[in-house]
Amino acid sequence: MNAAEPQRAAGEAAQDLVLEIAGLEKTFNPGRSNAVPAISDLYLAVRPREFVSIIGPSGCGKSTLLRLVGGLIKPTGGELSVNGRTAGEARLNRDYGMVFQAAGLLDWRTALRNVELPLELMGWSKLRRRKRAKEMLELVDLGGFASHYPAELSGGMQQRVSIARALSFEPSLLLMDEPFGALDEMTREHMQAELLKIWRETATTVIFITHSIPEAVFLSTRVAVMSPRPARIAAELSIDLPERTPQTRDTEEFFRNVSLVRRTLRSVEGQ
Amino acid sequence: MKFLRGGAWLPPTVFGAGALGLWELVLWATDPEGFVLPRPSEIAIALGENISEVWVASRVTGFIIGSGLAGGVVLGAVAALIVIRFRTANETLTPLAVAINAIPIIALAPLFNNWLGITSPRSNQAVVVLLVFFPVFINTARGLSEVDDEQIELMQSYAASDWRIMRTVRIPNALPFFFTALRLVASLAVIAAIVVEYFGGRQDTLGNIITQNAQFTRYDVAWAAVVAGSLVGIALYFAALILERLVTGRYARATTAA
Ligand SMILES: Nc1ncnc2c1ncn2[C@@H]1O[C@H](COP(=O)(O)OP(=O)(O)OP(=O)(O)O)[C@@H](O)[C@H]1O
Ligand SMILES: [Mg+2]
Repeated sequence: MNAAEPQRAAGEAAQDLVLEIAGLEKTFNPGRSNAVPAISDLYLAVRPREFVSIIGPSGCGKSTLLRLVGGLIKPTGGELSVNGRTAGEARLNRDYGMVFQAAGLLDWRTALRNVELPLELMGWSKLRRRKRAKEMLELVDLGGFASHYPAELSGGMQQRVSIARALSFEPSLLLMDEPFGALDEMTREHMQAELLKIWRETATTVIFITHSIPEAVFLSTRVAVMSPRPARIAAELSIDLPERTPQTRDTEEFFRNVSLVRRTLRSVEGQ
Repeated sequence: MKFLRGGAWLPPTVFGAGALGLWELVLWATDPEGFVLPRPSEIAIALGENISEVWVASRVTGFIIGSGLAGGVVLGAVAALIVIRFRTANETLTPLAVAINAIPIIALAPLFNNWLGITSPRSNQAVVVLLVFFPVFINTARGLSEVDDEQIELMQSYAASDWRIMRTVRIPNALPFFFTALRLVASLAVIAAIVVEYFGGRQDTLGNIITQNAQFTRYDVAWAAVVAGSLVGIALYFAALILERLVTGRYARATTAA
C-alpha cells in the first residue's frame, strides 16, 4: 500500500479506466484459406461512467469487438483489459451485463425469474434476488408484469426485461449490441430515454453499438466511429449536449452533432 | 388443461359416436353376416364374453408396452444428454441415428426371439425399447442443441458452467421436443408390442388373441383385442399429455395463448 512504490502507482493509474484496448487484433480462422481479419490495430479507452457508442459500416466487426470485450472470444493479438483484468477474468468476475438485439429471455421463465437468472447463478438467496428483481422491473416500468411470460410481453417490454436482467447485479460495464434495433421508432425513443435515466441512476459504464446516428448522438458522451473491415477506431467524437430530453432531438445542437457524426462516418467509409 | 375441460370432449365424442353409428348402419345394410367386418355391437358383445381373457392379455401386453416404453424413453433421453453434453456439434450424430433408425426393427423380432428366448418377455421388451429409443433420442438431442447462440453467450457472460447451461437453458428448451416424441412413441410402443406377439411366444397376449381368432374367423373376438390395444394406446397418450402439462405448466398455456 505504499503510494511511493512506482509499480503500484502504475497499476492504480490503469484502474482508472474501465476498459483499455491497445493494438487489438482478431482474425477468424487464422492461417487458413477462409481467414477473416475482423479487427486490426484497434485502440480504445473508456473511463468510468462514460457512455460510449460505437458506430460503423455493416459487417465491420462491431459485434466481434463486443464479444472480445466480454471475454466470449479470444483476441489473436494486442492488449485488452477490463478494470485491470483480462477479459476472461473479468467475465468470471461477472463484470459484464450484456444486452443483445434479441431480448434473449428464457421463454419458460416469468419476467421476474428472467431478471433473477444472473443472481441465481451468483448464488444470491431466493429472498434477496426476488427483492432485487422486483426493484429492477420497477426501474424499467414493468413492476406490474413480474409474473408474465415473455410470450405475453411486447418486443419493447421484453427488451426492457433484458436490460433489467443485465443491470440486476450492478455490473461495472454494460455491453449493448444494437439493443433497440428491432424496435419501432416510438418505442425506440422511449427506450433511449429510459436507458439514459437508468444510466444516470446506476452509475454504470456503457458501451453501446448502434446503426443509428441520432441514437448514438442522443445517448452518448462519446461516439467512436469504426472503419470498414478489418476494423479499427477511425475517429472519436465527444458529444456535448446541454441536456438530453425529448426536446433535445429538435435542437440546433443535436443536428450539428448528428451531421458531424454522419460526415465522419462517410469519410471513413470512403477511405 | 384445456383437454380436461368439458367443452373439449364434446366434438370428438360426438364424432366418434357418429362414426360408430355409421359403421353399424352400413354393415347392417350391406353385410348382415358380418363376414368381412364385424359390427361395433358384435365387437362389444365379443369383448363382454371374453372380458377375462382380454383383461389378462391386456395386462401382459400392457406390461411389455409400459416397461419397454419406459426403458426406451429413459435410454433415449439419457443418450441425448450425454451426446450433447460431450460434443455439441451433432453433424455426425444425426446421420448415424438416421442410419440405425432405417433398420426395420420390428422385422428383427424373430431374431430377438431366438436370442432372448421366445417365451421370455425380454425379447418383446427389447423390440419396444429399440423402437422407442430413436424418436426420443433424436428429438431430445435436437431440443438440447437448437438453442439460441445469444442465450448461450449470455449464460457464459454470467460465468455459468457447461453443466449449468445444460440445466438452465438446454434441458428446459428440449422439454417440448421430448414430449412430442413421447406422445409419438406411446402409440408406436403399442403397435410394436402387439406385432411382436404375432411371431409367437406366450398364449395370453393381445397379439396372440388377434392371430388365433383371426385364423378361426372369429373376427369379433380379434377386434375386441384390437379395441383393448387401442384403449391402452389412448391411455398412454393421455398420460403423456398430462405429464407434459404438469411439467411445463403455466408456461405452455402462456405460449399457446399468445
Ligand atoms: N465466428 C466467425 N467466424 C468467421 N467469421 C466471422 C465470425 N464472426 C464474425 N465473422 C466475420 O467478421 C466480420 C465482422 O462481423 P461482426 O458480426 O462483428 O460485424 P458487425 O459490425 O457486428 O456487423 P453488423 O453491423 O451487421 O452487426 C464479418 O465479416 C463476419 O463475417
Ligand atoms: Mg453486429
